[in-house]
Amino acid sequence: MEILICMKQTFDTEEKIFIQNGEIDDDGVERIINPYCEYAVEEGIRIKEAHGGTVRLITIGGAEAEAAIRTAMAMGVDEGYRLDLTDFPADSDEQTTSECIVQLIKQKQIPYDVILCGYMSIDNGTAQVGPRIAELLGIPHISTITSLTVDGRQVQVERDVEGDLEKVESSLPILLTAQQGLNEPRYPRLPDIMKAKRKPLHRMKWDELRVDVQMIQARTKKVAILPVEEKETGQILSGTIKEQSQELIRLLHEEAKVL
Amino acid sequence: MKRMKGGAFLLESCQPEDVFTPEDLNEEQKLIAKTTDEFIREQVFPLLEQIEQQNFSHTVRLLQEAGELGLLAADVPEAYGGIGLDKVSSTLITEKMAQGRSFALSHGAHVGIGTLPIVFFGTEQQKKRYLPALANGKKLAAYALTEPGSGSDALGAKTTAVLQEDGKHYLLNGEKQWITNSAFADLFIVYAKVDGEKFSAFIVEKDFPGVSTGPEEHKMGIKGSSTRTLILQEAQVPAENLLGEVGKGHLIAFNILNMGRFKLAAGTVGTAKRVLELAIKYALERKQFKQPIASFPLIQEKIATMAIELYATESLVYRTAGVLDQGLSGVEQKQGQEVAKAIGEYAIECSIAKVVGSEMLDYVVDEAVQIHGGYGFMSEYEVETHYRDSRINRIFEGTNEINRLLIPAALIRKANKGELPFFARAQGLQSELMNLMPTLPDPQAAPLTLEQEQINHAKLLFLFVAGQAIERYGTKLTEQQEMIRDISDIALSIYTMESTLLRAAKQQNQSKPNATSHLQFAEALIYNRMQKLEQIARHTLTALFTGDTLRVQLAILRKLTRIEPKNELQLKRNIVKQLLKAKKYIVQSRS
Repeated sequence: MEILICMKQTFDTEEKIFIQNGEIDDDGVERIINPYCEYAVEEGIRIKEAHGGTVRLITIGGAEAEAAIRTAMAMGVDEGYRLDLTDFPADSDEQTTSECIVQLIKQKQIPYDVILCGYMSIDNGTAQVGPRIAELLGIPHISTITSLTVDGRQVQVERDVEGDLEKVESSLPILLTAQQGLNEPRYPRLPDIMKAKRKPLHRMKWDELRVDVQMIQARTKKVAILPVEEKETGQILSGTIKEQSQELIRLLHEEAKVL
Repeated sequence: MKRMKGGAFLLESCQPEDVFTPEDLNEEQKLIAKTTDEFIREQVFPLLEQIEQQNFSHTVRLLQEAGELGLLAADVPEAYGGIGLDKVSSTLITEKMAQGRSFALSHGAHVGIGTLPIVFFGTEQQKKRYLPALANGKKLAAYALTEPGSGSDALGAKTTAVLQEDGKHYLLNGEKQWITNSAFADLFIVYAKVDGEKFSAFIVEKDFPGVSTGPEEHKMGIKGSSTRTLILQEAQVPAENLLGEVGKGHLIAFNILNMGRFKLAAGTVGTAKRVLELAIKYALERKQFKQPIASFPLIQEKIATMAIELYATESLVYRTAGVLDQGLSGVEQKQGQEVAKAIGEYAIECSIAKVVGSEMLDYVVDEAVQIHGGYGFMSEYEVETHYRDSRINRIFEGTNEINRLLIPAALIRKANKGELPFFARAQGLQSELMNLMPTLPDPQAAPLTLEQEQINHAKLLFLFVAGQAIERYGTKLTEQQEMIRDISDIALSIYTMESTLLRAAKQQNQSKPNATSHLQFAEALIYNRMQKLEQIARHTLTALFTGDTLRVQLAILRKLTRIEPKNELQLKRNIVKQLLKAKKYIVQSRS
C-alpha cells in the first residue's frame, strides 16, 4: 500500500496571535503539526501497520517546518518531502499550494493508493487543499472522515456531516481528509525519535517545479488581517425569571444602550 | 564548547558559548520532552489520586507503558536494550516526569539508583541478564542502602554477607529501611558487609530465598510511592550477583549518589513549573475585594520571586547536564565504570544542584500554598500534596547538610591532588584584594557587565574566605562545620549566579527575541544573591578574626560585595507581567 500524507505545520494552539504591519508576527512562536493533519498522519501509519507499505509525506514550508516532518517521522512516516515556497514571486493561495503539491507528486513520481490530508488547517481554515489535490489528480475524495476501513481495493468510510454520520464506499486510489475523532494520535516512542533523523527527507524549492507562476498564482486577494476581539467576561443574572428579565432589559437599555 | 574540570567554575571564568541552556535544545530533545510531558499529563494525571491511595497496580502498569515509550531506557546503553541518550535528554525526561509526583519518584528510583548501579558496575553477564528488562519495564528495581541505624553514615551498615563454604552463595542478614519501590520491585541493589567488615553491593532478586518486605510506612508526603523495609533472613544470593568488588561498595554508593543528586535537582525544576502554574492560575481566578488576587502587588511579587528562583535552578541544572555531556564525550557508553568516573568528576556540581534545587522547590511550594490561602491547606487542592511531597528532597540523596559539608571537602581534595589551582590562586590574593578597585556603573556598557564583574568578585570572595579558614584551621577545619557550610553557600551562590548570567548573556549574544526577559531574571537573581553573600562571608570572617584585623578583612569584604542599588520592586513588577499573561512559568517578552 502506498500512502501519501499532505501535512501542514501551524502555530501552537497556545500561542497568542500578534499582528504587526498587517502581517501575523511569527517571530519565535512555537509550532505544531496542524491537529487535523496529525489525525491524517496517524491514520496513514495505521494503514501501513495493517496492510504493509510505505508512508510518505509532503509539507510546504521553510526550514522551521522540518521539526513537524521529523515529528511525523518519529510517529512512523518513512519518507518526507519539504517544498519551500519562500520567495515565490507572486501572491499564493490554496490554488497555488495544491498545484505545487500535485506538480511535486508528478515530477517525483510519488506513488499513492491513499492520500490523507487534514480536512482543514486551524490557521487559515479554508478546507480547500485536499479536495483541490483530488480534483487535479482526477481521483475521488471523501472529506471529514471519522472512520476508515481498507479492504483490498475497496474503502469504507464514515464521515461527519454537520454532526450526522454518513457511510460511504469507494475504491482506491482515493484522497481522504481527516476529521477529529478519526483516531487518537500516538506519542512518538523515544527509539523512534532517534531513528527519525536518519529517515530520508527531500528538500525542493518552488523553482525546481515545472509550474507556470502566472497560472498558479493566487486568484484571491488578502484585503486585511484583523485581530479577534477579546471576549469580555460575561455576567450571570440572578433572581426569579421576572427579575432577571427586568434586569436584562435595564442593562440593554442603560449599559449596552441597544434598546 | 570548552570543557572545564569539576569545581573549576570557582576559579576560572566561563563564556556564554561554553554553557548549555534550555534554549539550546535540538529537535529530538524537544520531542523527547513532549512525549514525556504528554505521557504524564494524559496517562498519569488521571490516575494520580488512585496512586496516592497506594494502588500500586497503576504504578506498575504505567511504568511498563513508560518502558514501551522508551522512558526507562535513557541511561541504559544500546548494547543492553537501552537507548543511551545524552544527559540533556535524560534530564528532560526527569524534569517532565516530576509533574507526576509520587509516580515520578517510583520512576526516578527505578531508572536512577535502581538501574544505574548495574549500568556502571555490572559485569558483562549481569548487564546482559538484567538491563534489557529494566530498560523496557518488564522488571522494576529498587535500591537498599539505608538501615535503621545508618543514614548519612551509610558505611556504618549492619547488614552482613557471608560466602558459603561451597563458594556458590552469599548469605545475607539484616534489615534495610525506607526502600522506594519495595512493594513491587523485582530486584534490589543491596549493600552489606562481607564478613561484617567489607562494604559491598549485591543484586538481590525478590524471589531469592530469605528475601521479604515489611509493611508500608506512613509518610508525610510522596504517599503514593511504596516505602517498606527489606528484610534479609539468611537470604541466599548467588556469588555471581556480587556487584563490583568485595569491599568496594562505597565506590558504587557514592558514584550513584552523584547522578541521584543531579536527577533530584532536575525533578525540582519540573515540579516547580507545575506548582507555579497552579499558583498563577489560582491567583488569576480567586477574587477578593472584587478583583483577582493576582492584581495585588504582594501576590505579584511572590509569583515573580518564585519564577526567578526557578529560572536560576533551571539554568544551573541544564548547564550541569551540558557539563556532564561534555565530560562523557569520548567515553564509551558500555564502559560503565568510565562513565561513572566521568560523572564523578562533577560531584561538586551535582551536590550544588541538589541543595539549590530542593531549597528552591521548598520555597516555591510554601509560597504557592500561601497564595492559595486557606484553600492551600485543603487536601482537595493539588498544591497541598506538592507542599508535603517537596519536604523529603532536602533529606534524601544525602541531606542538604551532608552535601554542604561535601562541597568544600571535594574541592580541597582536588586542590591537594593538583587538579585545581586553588592554593596557587589563594596565594597572593591578599595583595590583589588590597589593590582592588571597585567598578563603577557605565551606562554605555553592555547589559550584565556589572553583574559579570560582581560574579568575578564573588569568586575572589570565595578564595578569600576559604583560604583564610584553611590557613587558620588546616585539616582541623572539618570541626568548623558552620564555616564549611558558609564556604559551601558562597560556592553554590556563585554557581547559581553564573549559570543564570551565562544563560541570559547567551540569549543576548544570539539576539534571541526573549533576551530582554532573560536579562531581567538574571539581574534580579544576582542582585539578591550578592546581598546574601556579604552576610554569609561576614559570619565566617567574624569568627576567624577580631579587632583591627577583623576590621581590615571586613573592609575587603565590603569592596568585594559592593553592588549598585537596583529598583527591585519595579523589576519584579515587570517580570510578573509575562507570567500572568501566559498563566504559567515562561521567559518571554512577546507581548
